[in-house]
Amino acid sequence: MTGILEIEKGLDIQAIRKHFPVLEREVKGRPLVYFDNAATAQKPQVVIDALINYYSDYNANIHRGIHTLAEEATAAFEGTRDAIKEFINAESREQIIFTSGTTEGINLVAQTWGRQNIKAGDEIIISNMEHHSNIVPWYLLAQEKGAVIKVIPINDAGELEMDAFEKLLSEKTKFVSIVHVSNALGTINPVKEIIAKAHEAGAKVLVDGAQSTVHLDIDVQDLNTDFFVFSSHKLYGPTGIGALYGRKELLEEIPPYQGGGEMIKDVSFTNITWNDLPYKFEAGTPNIADAIAFKTAMDFTKAIGREKIRQHENELLAYATEQLMQIPGLRIIGTAKKKISVLSFVIDNVHPQDIGILLDNKGIAVRTGHHCAQPLMERLCIRGTTRASFAMYNTKEEVDAMMEALRKAIKLLS
Amino acid sequence: MSEHKSIEEIEKEIVEEFSLFDGWDDKYEYIIDLGKKLPLLETEHKKDENKVKGCQSTVWLAAEFKDGKVFYKADSDAVIVKGLISMLIRVLSGQEPDDIVNTKLDFIREIGMMSHLAQTRSNGLLAMVKQMKNYALAYKLKEGASK
Repeated sequence: MTGILEIEKGLDIQAIRKHFPVLEREVKGRPLVYFDNAATAQKPQVVIDALINYYSDYNANIHRGIHTLAEEATAAFEGTRDAIKEFINAESREQIIFTSGTTEGINLVAQTWGRQNIKAGDEIIISNMEHHSNIVPWYLLAQEKGAVIKVIPINDAGELEMDAFEKLLSEKTKFVSIVHVSNALGTINPVKEIIAKAHEAGAKVLVDGAQSTVHLDIDVQDLNTDFFVFSSHKLYGPTGIGALYGRKELLEEIPPYQGGGEMIKDVSFTNITWNDLPYKFEAGTPNIADAIAFKTAMDFTKAIGREKIRQHENELLAYATEQLMQIPGLRIIGTAKKKISVLSFVIDNVHPQDIGILLDNKGIAVRTGHHCAQPLMERLCIRGTTRASFAMYNTKEEVDAMMEALRKAIKLLS
Repeated sequence: MSEHKSIEEIEKEIVEEFSLFDGWDDKYEYIIDLGKKLPLLETEHKKDENKVKGCQSTVWLAAEFKDGKVFYKADSDAVIVKGLISMLIRVLSGQEPDDIVNTKLDFIREIGMMSHLAQTRSNGLLAMVKQMKNYALAYKLKEGASK
């Protein structure tokens, strides 16, 4: 794992692109332009190598084996836990639970803390811009317990109505689950303020960091959040692995999520004692290879420089926004003052699906549709959007290619 | 009334038409054109029970049974999907239920549409075909029952 991160000073995009093999490929006879990064980011060669190395050099089950391979695999796996702790500035490594991703993290909290603490009549607050993963687990819990879900409204720019949020808070509020950055709009929510206000009302808070962790510096202690969840695959890491951070006393209080494997200390048929944190929540053989390669992905972004990446992505966002606004009949959806590099738009009398198909025909990958945030689309009175989302390897030339393809598509469709 | 063509004959015609195109730009242009030309569906047919839901666009599909044959009408909010429906209607409308139920619609694969569109759930192409066959099956069963 040495020498993998010899990355040039400054942000030489062409040099960065060379780390991502998929960017070499052609789609429909043209160089791939990948603007679907909010769905999942592409993987650098070092991450792919980390996966291959694990399977070809030291594949073994972790924690139990006495042999060399098991020790190496365990060390690498636990090394990622340490790296995550550092990446989000958690107090201790015990507070980092491996999950399959953001969705599992939210379900874990709903099914453990939620089932233990939510009673009939209690209120759970979410927002109008949540994706389905941060709606459905709470809906299921509320149905089971007879609890009530309250929704923070948004304004037309796609920002939370904070006054309305404060009015929703009461002694009935037990939990607030809020997205840090909207996948469909790019809005950065004031989660620190939300957490402080929720705590004043006596509620616990989960922050969904699926979209934020790749773009923003995360400090869970500064945020003072109770739970924070995110996925590796949007952070240039593998799919199927993510993490849940939890406040230690909460994680100790709540029951395990699933049974079996690493999560127990002693088992008899009459009595079981749970393992210590974080293993209490990690049943079965985990996703070892992907967890190990996740660390490589974090190392990679840190080596390039998160601040520099952010700057580059913001420049792309500004450039693309300016370009798109020149198209007659095009409306950008999500114009929050604070947003990350996500550009959602609609065009008069043109269906997003048609745009998506015609852009794909030119090798340009965008997302179209409701982005798994149907209540948000309903609020904005749209059937869906076309979304271009940028990552560290995207360029202005690619934006130009999209603009050209877009102009042709609109001409053809209208 | 023109001479009746079988499903296979119409499919063959479409495959031949598509073989004249140079590339996908032209194919899409043609499909979009078909979509724009598809006769509008009367509002009375745009009801929930006529909706075929893909992940992204909505298709309304209505059918009627006349003289032993099934006739389809459809609309969509997305124009490429509308073009695809237009082709399906050309192939299947006016055919007998048995033929509709049993056809494999090989032309979709032969014109390259399968790899381009049908693999994703984002369009309703396969859902549309299924719904059209369901209508035909229903008419067939009804007809059988009344005999």
